Amino acid sequence: MSDPATTHRSVGRSVDRREGRAKVTGAIAYVDDLTLPGMLYGKTIRSTIACGTIRHIEFEKDVPWDEFTIVDAGDVPGKNIVHLIEEDQPVLCEAVVRHREEPILLIAHPDRQLVEKAARSVKITYEEHPAILEIGPGKVHREILIEDGDLEAEFAASDVVIERTYRTGAQEHAYIEPQGFIAQWDGDKVHAEGSHQCPFYVHEALKTAFNLTDEQVNVAHCTTGGAFGGKEDFPSIVAIHAALLAKKSGRPVKLIYDRNEDMASSTKRHPSLSTLRIGATKDGVLRALDFDFRLDQGAYVTLTPVVLSRGVLHAFGCYRWPAARIRGRSFFTNSPPYGAFRGFGAPQSLFAIEAHMSLLAEQLSIDPAELRRRNFLRPGDTMPTGQVMKEDPNLEALLDRALELSDYRAKRSAWKKGSGRGIGLSTFMHGAGFTGSGEVYLASRVALEIREDGKVVILQANTEMGQGVETVFQQICSEAVGIPLEQVVFRRPETAFVPNSGPTVASRTTMIVGRLVEKAGKQLRGKLGELSVAEHYRKSGPLRIEVQYEPPPGIQWDEKTYKGSGYPTYAWACDVVEVSIDPVTAEIKTERVTSTVDIGTVINPTLAQGQVEGGVAQGVGWATSEKVALRDGAMTNAEMMNYIIPTTVDVPEITVEFLPNPYEYGAYGSKGVGELPMDGPAPAVTAAVAHALDREITQVPVQPEDLLE
Amino acid sequence: MKKTEITFTLNGKETTVAAHPMARLLDVLRGECGLTGTKEGCGEGECGACSVIMNGEVVMSCLIPATQAEGATIETIEGLQEEFGDALHPVQEAFIKHGGAQCGICTPGMIVAAVAYLRDPGRAPGGVPEALEGNLCRCTGYRGIFEAVKRAAEEAEKR
Amino acid sequence: MRTYLPDFECVIPSSIEEALQQKAERPERIPIAGGTDVFVWMNFGILPGPAYQSLHRLAPQWRTVCAAADGGLQIGALATYSDVRFHPHVKKHYPLLVEAARVTGALQIQNRGTPAGNIANGSPAADTVPALMVYDARVRAVSVRGERTIDLAEFFTGYRTNALEPDELIAEILLPPPAFPPEQQYYRKVGTRQAQAISKVVFAGARTQTNEKQVRLAWGSVAPVTLRSLKTEEAVARGASPEEAWAMLQQEISPIDDVRSTREYRLKVSRNILFEFLEKTKV
Repeated sequence: MSDPATTHRSVGRSVDRREGRAKVTGAIAYVDDLTLPGMLYGKTIRSTIACGTIRHIEFEKDVPWDEFTIVDAGDVPGKNIVHLIEEDQPVLCEAVVRHREEPILLIAHPDRQLVEKAARSVKITYEEHPAILEIGPGKVHREILIEDGDLEAEFAASDVVIERTYRTGAQEHAYIEPQGFIAQWDGDKVHAEGSHQCPFYVHEALKTAFNLTDEQVNVAHCTTGGAFGGKEDFPSIVAIHAALLAKKSGRPVKLIYDRNEDMASSTKRHPSLSTLRIGATKDGVLRALDFDFRLDQGAYVTLTPVVLSRGVLHAFGCYRWPAARIRGRSFFTNSPPYGAFRGFGAPQSLFAIEAHMSLLAEQLSIDPAELRRRNFLRPGDTMPTGQVMKEDPNLEALLDRALELSDYRAKRSAWKKGSGRGIGLSTFMHGAGFTGSGEVYLASRVALEIREDGKVVILQANTEMGQGVETVFQQICSEAVGIPLEQVVFRRPETAFVPNSGPTVASRTTMIVGRLVEKAGKQLRGKLGELSVAEHYRKSGPLRIEVQYEPPPGIQWDEKTYKGSGYPTYAWACDVVEVSIDPVTAEIKTERVTSTVDIGTVINPTLAQGQVEGGVAQGVGWATSEKVALRDGAMTNAEMMNYIIPTTVDVPEITVEFLPNPYEYGAYGSKGVGELPMDGPAPAVTAAVAHALDREITQVPVQPEDLLE
Repeated sequence: MKKTEITFTLNGKETTVAAHPMARLLDVLRGECGLTGTKEGCGEGECGACSVIMNGEVVMSCLIPATQAEGATIETIEGLQEEFGDALHPVQEAFIKHGGAQCGICTPGMIVAAVAYLRDPGRAPGGVPEALEGNLCRCTGYRGIFEAVKRAAEEAEKR
Repeated sequence: MRTYLPDFECVIPSSIEEALQQKAERPERIPIAGGTDVFVWMNFGILPGPAYQSLHRLAPQWRTVCAAADGGLQIGALATYSDVRFHPHVKKHYPLLVEAARVTGALQIQNRGTPAGNIANGSPAADTVPALMVYDARVRAVSVRGERTIDLAEFFTGYRTNALEPDELIAEILLPPPAFPPEQQYYRKVGTRQAQAISKVVFAGARTQTNEKQVRLAWGSVAPVTLRSLKTEEAVARGASPEEAWAMLQQEISPIDDVRSTREYRLKVSRNILFEFLEKTKV
């Protein structure tokens, strides 16, 4: 396939970020930059126990409560439920408390500081019950089982069988812009705008909580300062809360979380516990995988069924397995509910399988790269789900290039085990788009409209949070319609004015929604014929092209047996990580990460590289420094000073190279990139640390406290 | 305690505001002065999104008492571009060109810190990473930011 | 920001005399130098008292760093970490202060925070205090009643409590001429990351094997106060082996588990740092 940069006008070029000027001047407005006349500031009053019932609520005398708007569960006009997958999470606690920081009351006042003081003057007493705070004792919510081949026979035929248990910790998104929403009512209609990823999720949640019709709710996207999944489901709660206060007060209400509240109360990555048993021949040919994958889902369901699903569907890694059994279970606990975080279950299961592969290599005295090479999926191979590799995963090319760029072999042999310097690697994939029939169910729609001034407006619901959708969609539209970039407009997603193109999650935006933009653009080009956009408008008036998602041919998925094509396609990558361990302190310095990546056609190289680099930094943080210190069901390090994300002097050198492998059904051949970079660093880091110290590492984060002799 | 009048030079213009002496400079800038380019990411002086230049030094405006801004010269992100007319400050240009900004929330503070550094590189002998160690970014992994500042420095050399 | 400001009062003295008068009249007044600690408390809604005193107008007198006549160092109460870090006399003669200032927070914090404020705040995690202790720093305290100097090694009387009288302010930090050549000095901060980090263990040390065997070992984050491990210093001066020195040190420090690290790790790191120090400063 020819290089897009030479044959395309826009696709394949590192076009400047379209909203870049507004961002670098500080002119672009985030939700907390907005002020409305008569606006009140809201605050959430939260539980201080992990499990129990509310006994009494006292409003202390030092606050002018008559000036406040106060909302409780009784004020929810519709269902006291945050609409998501299941109807289990209340908007506000009525009596039963299931986790620390559970919302109980809302208050609002015109003075933003007084609201804070007032919040401290609400004293709630409880009857406390014992809390479940680890995976195991609590109820199992969902169970998935994948079985393929004759497991016992393959284990029996194996020369070695190795079993280990791996643990991954929670992870806090730490987007630099905290959660926030502004809500206001106009009669029986509510308008909500804020920081979020999925306007139509918020839309649905507001309808449910207030018993409204589609037309009575409008959700508008504000420029979002980082999200990473943390603003997929959680903002529905913020928006409903703001809307409740706005309804009761009759005034617009701004509800912004400060950092401590945001970290303490919002969703995080699901902690996981994986027990793996692998059987292999002494030559390193894999025979059997028995993987028991467990997630801590916290107190409510949120998105756990899909996280579990994705975790299970990545548990087998990018290898051929004659037999495999993958069992996934999610457990309730009394921790604050876990939710979406970049990778969405895949980092957890991939950590375990990749760590176990590195261990297996060690035990068989086979180089970790070679062990993987011997077992890579090739065209025509099947995954344990039965999905046939129709496209070439190209794993050997990715591996070889990563080994070459990182000078892996020389370093691996020069740095003796236990010398304090180590190099490790991982090979991994990320299924792009929603699982199984998810995309069909979403039935995403995108529209293009022409304007009198000759511009084409993209109408859809996928949101810019830094990943570059505004720019990439404009590039795709420019390419497909055949017009200059300057003639394309990305309309701010707002539910009353755009079709539902689905949520901005699951690495689906460029590949699936972008393809709809491409499709609509090509249809528009056909309609325009020889005329320019302005000419066509003058001649025939307004024109709107709307297209809906159609699945690629031949994708079958059985939700009950978990057999078929889990994802329409996968992005693939290889990470090589180099570390050095300080002998005095056991501090881990991640020196360099080399990442070779296949995301199909790269629509905008600079933006794509930025996604990989950012994901690598987050993955390294998760592996080494980002510990969510939970005690008694509360995060005790809910501050930027104590939840440790990498600074400029912590981040490793990062080398990224794309090996494009265009995918027929993605926009201009593209596949998803958003989450893939998060999936690989952690096991490569721990493999490098294991090499450097000649010991096993079975959990992340791995910290000096775990290592110092 | 009541508010007091505090006068300082803001982006080259003499400005007087009424504020509690212990009001955060960040809130004065975003509120009384109407300049929302400076952001609050943490309130703890950790993330640097609130960075401004005060008397020639980069500081966290979330940790500055309004009264201590009296008589000071303060530059915010909005002011950096003014001398360039319709064009952008070279550092801003470089951030757009080289992937220095993704979600943009850390960007104003990051650019302010970068500009302060380029004006006086001796204050960060460790180079660009040290100069920006007080500015957290969650999107970029910093590499695009380093590239942008490096290129802006090279452009400045040429001119 | 969780503080309701109308409940708080802040005076702004225009002279040292006025400041001392205000402090004498209302001793519970908390002075604000750079504000890099006080404002973090303000953010979290945990300001310890209702009355404050911003000292910024005293900058002409107190924001000073200068070489003393005897070759020592005078750091004014309002001198920032950056003022200290880049001062030629400090760079030449007090390298541990340069290093300590460099690893304090980040540039934005160094441009505003002050070593004097760090001392007054009394956190045992203070980064510059161990270095100042190694240099035998003294604190000059002033009040309406006059002035006095207090050895920094005796300044901290308990967790976040100090020897200042309620009506006293710190005017400056005084250091004698350095007693150790630079190659006999050592500083190490072990933090949660490489910048913007609170220390898990922070250590400054120096020794010389001349006729007067001098040893200084100052530790932060391993006890309720920053301290000099005097018994261990004596042991090292007497020629104790590293293991003997370590045995002594364990009696003088008492690290704990907290949100950043564990007692066990802090003990191991302290041991390793002690050994590295002894190795590097061997004469």
